[in-house]
Amino acid sequence: MATQHSRSAARFMMAPAVMLLLAWMLVPLIMTLYFSFKKYLPLRGGDLGWVGFDNYVRFVSSSSFWPSVTTTLIIVGGVLAITLILGTLLALLLDQPIWGQGVVRILVIAPFFVMPTVSALVWKNMFMDPNYGLLSYLWEFFGAEPLQWMSHASLTSIITIVSWQWLPFATLILLTAIQSLDHEQLEASEMDGATALKRFWYIVLPHLSRAITVVLLIQTIFLLSIFAEIFVTTAGAFGSKTLTYLIFQRVLESQNVGLGSAGGVYAIILANIVAIFLMRIVGKNLDK
Amino acid sequence: MARAVSFNRKTFNTVLAWSIGLLIFFPILWTILTSFKTEGQAIADPPLFLMFDWTLENYAIVQERSDYLRFLTNSVIIAGGSTLLGIFVAVPAAWSMAFVPSKRTKDILLWMLSTKMLPAVGVLYPIYLIFIELGLLDTKIGLVVVLMLINLPIIVWMLYTYFKEIPSEILEAARMDGASLRSEILYVLTPMAIPGIASTILLNFILAWNEAFWTLNLTAAQAAPLTAFIASYSSPEGLFYAKLSAASTMAIAPILILGWFSQKQLVRGLTFGAVK
Amino acid sequence: MIRKTSLGVAVALSLATSTVALAETITIATVNNGDMIRMQGYTDQFTKQTGINVEWVTLEENVLRQRVTTDITTKGGAFDIMTIGMYETPIWGANGWLVPLHKNVNFNTNNLSEAYDVDDILPAMRGGLSHKGTLYAAPFYGESSMIMYRTDLMQKAGLSMPEAPTWDFIAKAAAAMTDRSKDINGICLRGKAGWGEGGAFITAMSNSFGARWFDMDWNAQFDTKPWANTLNFFKTMMDASGPKGYATNGFNENLSLFQQGKCGMWIDATVAASFVTNPKDSTVADKVGFALAPDTGLGKRSNWLWAWALAIPAGTQKEKAALQFIEWATSKDYIELVAAKEGWANVPPGARTSLYENENYKKVPFAQMTLDSILSADPNNSTVEPSPYVGIQFAAIPEFAGIATQVSQEFAAAYAGQQSVEEALSKAQDITNEAMEAAGYR
Repeated sequence: MATQHSRSAARFMMAPAVMLLLAWMLVPLIMTLYFSFKKYLPLRGGDLGWVGFDNYVRFVSSSSFWPSVTTTLIIVGGVLAITLILGTLLALLLDQPIWGQGVVRILVIAPFFVMPTVSALVWKNMFMDPNYGLLSYLWEFFGAEPLQWMSHASLTSIITIVSWQWLPFATLILLTAIQSLDHEQLEASEMDGATALKRFWYIVLPHLSRAITVVLLIQTIFLLSIFAEIFVTTAGAFGSKTLTYLIFQRVLESQNVGLGSAGGVYAIILANIVAIFLMRIVGKNLDK
Repeated sequence: MARAVSFNRKTFNTVLAWSIGLLIFFPILWTILTSFKTEGQAIADPPLFLMFDWTLENYAIVQERSDYLRFLTNSVIIAGGSTLLGIFVAVPAAWSMAFVPSKRTKDILLWMLSTKMLPAVGVLYPIYLIFIELGLLDTKIGLVVVLMLINLPIIVWMLYTYFKEIPSEILEAARMDGASLRSEILYVLTPMAIPGIASTILLNFILAWNEAFWTLNLTAAQAAPLTAFIASYSSPEGLFYAKLSAASTMAIAPILILGWFSQKQLVRGLTFGAVK
Repeated sequence: MIRKTSLGVAVALSLATSTVALAETITIATVNNGDMIRMQGYTDQFTKQTGINVEWVTLEENVLRQRVTTDITTKGGAFDIMTIGMYETPIWGANGWLVPLHKNVNFNTNNLSEAYDVDDILPAMRGGLSHKGTLYAAPFYGESSMIMYRTDLMQKAGLSMPEAPTWDFIAKAAAAMTDRSKDINGICLRGKAGWGEGGAFITAMSNSFGARWFDMDWNAQFDTKPWANTLNFFKTMMDASGPKGYATNGFNENLSLFQQGKCGMWIDATVAASFVTNPKDSTVADKVGFALAPDTGLGKRSNWLWAWALAIPAGTQKEKAALQFIEWATSKDYIELVAAKEGWANVPPGARTSLYENENYKKVPFAQMTLDSILSADPNNSTVEPSPYVGIQFAAIPEFAGIATQVSQEFAAAYAGQQSVEEALSKAQDITNEAMEAAGYR
C-alpha cells in the first residue's frame, strides 16, 4: 500500500520527533559519558582531569551499590505486583453493575492527579508519623504498638505510597480492557457451570494479557526513576536507597559529578536490561 | 446493555465498591479536611473528623506568604505549553508510524520509551550547564521544552495506538479521492482521532503538572510552578500539618477538578492500545 | 513656606526619579524557617526605603541546599542573594564564588557601610562566616545549642538542673522524668538521618566524649573508643527515655513534641528557645528552663555553632542592590523593627553583640544562656584531641555533607535497631575512608 512517495513523507514527518528525542538522549548521554571518565568535583574547582575507569570501579565497589540495585528492584517489583493484583480485582468489581458507578470511579482515579511530592508529604506526616499520624491512632485504637513506618518499614511505606499513586492508572487500563470483554461468552460459560475462578482464569485473564503488559511497561518506566517519594520520606535512610537515589547522593550531596555520572551510566545499563526484558514480552503482546 | 444481576448482589457490590473508593480517596479527603483546621486541631488526639471549628486561616496565611496565582499561572503555562508542543511534534511522527510502518517502527517506538528511563538526576549538571549557556534558566519556555521532551515518548505512543485503530481503508478511500497528505491528516485522520488526542492531552497535562524534579531545579522566582510552591511548606519549623494541607489542596485542586470534569475522555482514551 | 514646599516637591521628584532608575528586582533564595518567613513579611518596608523589589524563592532546607549548590557551582546566576550556613560560606568563599562583604585591610566600594557596624557581629559568627579574615556572608541569625528542660517535671523528679550539667546527670534526669503512661519522654534528641539533622547532633555530642571525625592525616576515626562511647551512650539513653521513633526525629519533630509537653528535656538549637517559650504555639511556655549543653569532663561541651547567613554569589549583575538588602536585613534597625512589632523575644538572635547589651533583650529568659552557649563554642578548636578541620558539628571540607549524610543514615539504622552500634560504626568508617580516598585526601 505504502508508495515510495508516502514512505519518504513518513520519514520526513517522523524526523522532528526522532531528532528531538535523539538530541534529548544523546546530548546528556554524551555529557554523562564524558564526565564519567573525569575527576569532576564542582566544589574543588570542577574538572580535575581524566581518570579512566576509576569512577566506574569506585561506584560498583561502594558498599551501597548492590543494596541499591536490590532496593530498586524490590520497589519496582512490589509496586507492580500490588497495582496489578489490586487493579485487576478493582477493575472486576467496577465492571459490575453498581449504584453510583461514576462517583466511585472518580474516587478511585483521584490519587493519580496528586503530585508525588504532595502525596509523599501527606502520607509521611499525616498518616505514617509515629506520634501524630492517623495510622498510629488506628494501631493504638486496636491496642497495638504504633508502627514506626519510616524506620522499621521504610520499603513497605514507600511501596504503599507509590502503589497508592499508581493503582488508579492500572485500574483504569484494566477496566477499559475488561469492559471490552464479550460478556455473552462469560455468561455462556457460567451456564455451562464454570466456576468464577475458572472463568477468570480461562477467559478474563487471557483477555487482559495485553492490558497487563501495557501497565507493566508504562509503570516500570516511571517507577525506575522515582525520586520525590524517597527524598521526602526517608531521604535514602533505612535501606531505602534506590539506584536513582544513590546517584543523587553522589552528584548532589557528595558533589562528585564524575562518580555520579558513572552511576548514571550503570543506571542506563540497568534500565536497558529491564527494557530489553520488558520489550521481549511487550513486543510479543503488542503484535497480537 | 445492563446485565441482569440479583438485587442482593448489586447491593453487596455497591457497598464494597463504595468502601474501597472512599478508602482510596481518604488521604485526599483528610488533607482537605485538615486544611480547614487550626494547627492544634490538626494533631488532636483523638483525630477530629468533622466536629472542629472550620477556619480559613491557613489559606489566608499561605496566600499572604506566597503568590498562589503566579505559581498557578506558571503551572498552567508550562504544563499546557509542553503538552501542546508535544502534540504538535508527535502527531506527524505517530501518523507515519501507524500508516507507513517499516521494519524499524516498533524499534523506534520502544527506543523512544527507553529514553524515559534515564535517571534525571544523573544529567542535572549537563542540563543545567546547557540551560545557562542558552539563557533558559528560570524561564517558562525552557521548562516547556524540557517537559515536552520528557513526555514526548508517551505522547507518540498513545497517538500511535489511536491512529492504528483507524481502519486504513478510510485513508485509502480518501487518497483515491485525491486528498493530499495534509488534508488527509487534517480532515480525515484528526477528526477520527479526536477522542484519542483529547485523552493524550489530558494525561500529559497531568504528568507535566506533577513533574517535580526539573520544575524545581531549573527555576528560581520567575518560572516556578506549583511544585516549587509546595517545597516551601514541606517541613518548616513548628506545627505545619494544617498549612501544608492548605498548600497541598491549593496545588492539587486545579488538576483534580480538571481531571474529574474530563474523566470520561480520560477513561475512554486511556488504553495505550491495551484493548483490541 | 512656599520655598519649603517646592523644596519638598523637588526632593520628592528626585526621589521618584531615582526610584525609577533603581527599580531593580533581586531574587533571594531562602529557607522556610520562621525568622526568614517573618523577614519576607517586612520586605515591603525595604522596597519602600530603596525602591528595590524583592522576589523570594522559599524552599525547604534540603531542597534549598541542592538548589543553591547547583547554581553556585555552575555559576548559574539564578539568585542575587543566597541563604547559606556556616558550613558552605568558608568553602564557597575560598573558591571565589561569593562577593566579599568586608575585608580587613582594603575597603572597596561594595563594602558594608560604616553605619552597619560590622564589628558588632559576634566574633564567633564573624569568624565562622569568613575565609582568611574576609567576611563572605552576613549572619541573619546565629545559634549554638543548649538544654531546654521542663522546670515542673524536673522538680517533680526531685532533681535540679545545674548550670553546666554532665551527660551522666542528663541520662539520670531523663530516666527520672520519663513517664510512659502520660506519654512524657525524659529526653528528646535528633536521630534523623542527614548531616544537618542527627549528623550535626551526634558530631557535636561526640566532641564532648573526646571523639573526632579525622586524625591529623585525615583518617576516619569511627573505629576509636570515644565514638563507640558516644553512640552507645546516646542509644542506651534514648531507648530508655526517648520518644518512640526517635530515629526519624529531627529538629522539627522534637520541637512539636516539646511544645506539646511530651519532652522533659531537649538539647537543640538555641533559636528554639523563642518557639518553646511562645505561649501562642507552646503548651509549656511558662515552664521552660535553660542550661548549657552537657559534657563529660574532658574539656569540651556538646554545643555547636551555626548561623544562617546571607551571601551574594559572585557574578550577579545586582551586587549593589543585593548588598543593600543584606545591610537592611541583618542590621540593628531590622532587629528594632521586629522588636517593636513582635516583641523582643522574637527578634533574630545570635548575630550581634549589641543585642545582648540591650536592656530590653536582657529580660528575655533565654538571652543570657544563648549568649553563653555561643561564646563557649569554638569551631577552630572543637575536639579534645587535635583535628585537621574547622567546625564543631561539621568539618568544613566540601566532602563532608555527602559523607556525613551517609554516616548519619547508618547511625539512624542503629538507633532504629536494624543494626548494632558496632556495625554502624564500621560502615561509617568504610564510607568515610572510601570518600576521602575518592577526594584525594588519603
